[in-house]
Amino acid sequence: MSFFSGYEFFVCLFVLLIPAAVLGMTQKSLKWYRWVISAFFIIRVYGSTPIQFLYLLGYVVFATYLVKLYLFLRTKYGRNKYIYGHAVFLALLPLVIYKIGVAQGFSLFGFLGISYICFRVIQVVIETYDGVICEINELQFVEFLLFFTSLSSGPIDRSRRFNEDDDRIWTREEYTELLSTGIYKLILGIFYKVVCSGLLYYVLQTYLDGHYGPLYLAGYAYVYGFYLFFDFAGYCAMAVGASYILGIRMPDNFNKPFLSVDIKDFWNRWHITLSSWFRDFIFTRFMIDSVRKKRFSNRLTGAAVGLILNMLIMGVWHGLEPHYIAYGLYHGCILALVEVYQKKSGFYKRNKQKKWYIALSWFINLNVVMFGFLIFSGYLSNVL
Amino acid sequence: MEEKLLNLLADLCDDEEVKSNPDEDLFESGLIDSLAFAELLYAIEENFGVIIAPSEVERSDINTANKIIALVKERMRA
Repeated sequence: MSFFSGYEFFVCLFVLLIPAAVLGMTQKSLKWYRWVISAFFIIRVYGSTPIQFLYLLGYVVFATYLVKLYLFLRTKYGRNKYIYGHAVFLALLPLVIYKIGVAQGFSLFGFLGISYICFRVIQVVIETYDGVICEINELQFVEFLLFFTSLSSGPIDRSRRFNEDDDRIWTREEYTELLSTGIYKLILGIFYKVVCSGLLYYVLQTYLDGHYGPLYLAGYAYVYGFYLFFDFAGYCAMAVGASYILGIRMPDNFNKPFLSVDIKDFWNRWHITLSSWFRDFIFTRFMIDSVRKKRFSNRLTGAAVGLILNMLIMGVWHGLEPHYIAYGLYHGCILALVEVYQKKSGFYKRNKQKKWYIALSWFINLNVVMFGFLIFSGYLSNVL
Repeated sequence: MEEKLLNLLADLCDDEEVKSNPDEDLFESGLIDSLAFAELLYAIEENFGVIIAPSEVERSDINTANKIIALVKERMRA
C-alpha cells in the first residue's frame, strides 16, 4: 500500500474516516483515534519494507530522546550555541547520510518520509533553543511526527500548532465546518491527482518525451510544470482534507501558484509550508545574524547572499543530483535579482501598480517558473 | 519607547506613513518584506533587549505598528 494512491488505500481511508466523523460530530476527543488510524496506515504502508519500518521507528525514538535531552540541557545551560549546534547536527545526521548514500548509489537510513520528518524535529530543536518551546510531551511529539496524512510528503506542520488542535475537543458546529472543508479538499485533491495529473502525465509520456527541439522543450516545461502542480497540490489537498476530518487543521501547501506576479509571490504560494519553514528557520536567522555580525556592508548584498544560500540549501534538500542543486541556485539567483531590481528600479516603483505592468510581470514570471520546473525535472540532462 | 519604535519602523520601511497610520498592514502593503522583518527583529533585540524568534509569532499577530508596539511592551514587562 502507498499513501494516497491505489484503491486499497482509499477504501481503507474512507472506511476509517467514518468513525472519525462520528466521534467528531458527537463532540468526542479524536486523539486516541488518530493514534489508531496512523498506526494502521504505517503498518500497512511500511509493512512490505521492514527495514524502512525499522529505520522510521528508530529515527522517531532517537529524535524523541534527542529533543527531550536537548530541552533538559537548554533548561540547565540556557542559550548555549555549542549544545544547540550539536542538537541540530544530530537531528540532521541521518538525512545527510541518507542523501549522500543516494548520490553514491547505496541506501542507508532511508525510509519513506525521512526528508519531511527531519523538518519537524529540527523545528522543535530550534524553537526549544529560542525558548518558545519550554515543555515537550513525548507521546504528543511522537504523534506529531507520525501523523500519517503528512508523514511521507508534507505539508510540514509545526508542533505548537499541531498540539493546539490535538488537545482540542471540537464543538459540533466547529467540527461540522472541519468535516465539510475536509471532504471538499479530499475530493478536490483526488480530482487533481487522479484526473488532472494523470492526463498531463500521459501527454508528457506520449507526445513530448524523447523530443528535444526548442518547442518540444518549452512544451515539456509547461506540461511538466502543470503536472507537478496537480500531482503535488492534489496529494497535499488530500492530506489536508483527511487531517481536517481527523480534527487537525493541517496548513495548506498551495495557493494558486500560477497566478503569482513575481518570484517572491510564487514562493508564498508554492509548497508554502516548505518555503515558510526555510524563511523562518534559515533565511530570517541568517539575516539577523548577518546584521549582528555586520557581515555585509550593503543590505541588498546581504539579502542577495541570504536568498541564494537559502534556495541552494532547499535545492540540496531535494537531493544531491546536479539538477536539484541547479534548481535551487536558479531560484536563489532569480530571487536575488528581483530583490535588487525591485529595490533599485525607479521604473518598477513608478509602474508596479499599473495593470499592464502586472500582466507583463505575471507572464515573465510564469515563464521563469516553468523554466525552473524544466531544470527540476532533470529532463535537460538528456540534452546537455 | 513608542516613538523610538515608530522611528525605527519608519526607517526600516523607508516611509514615514507608519507613524501617521499605525494600524496599516505592513506586510500587505509591501512596507515590510522578509528582509526588513529580519532587520526589525534584530533592531528590537538591540534597542529594547526583547528577543522575538522568527517563528514565534504568526505574521498576523505582528503585522501593524501598533501590534508590534504592544508585543514589545508586553515582553518588556515580563
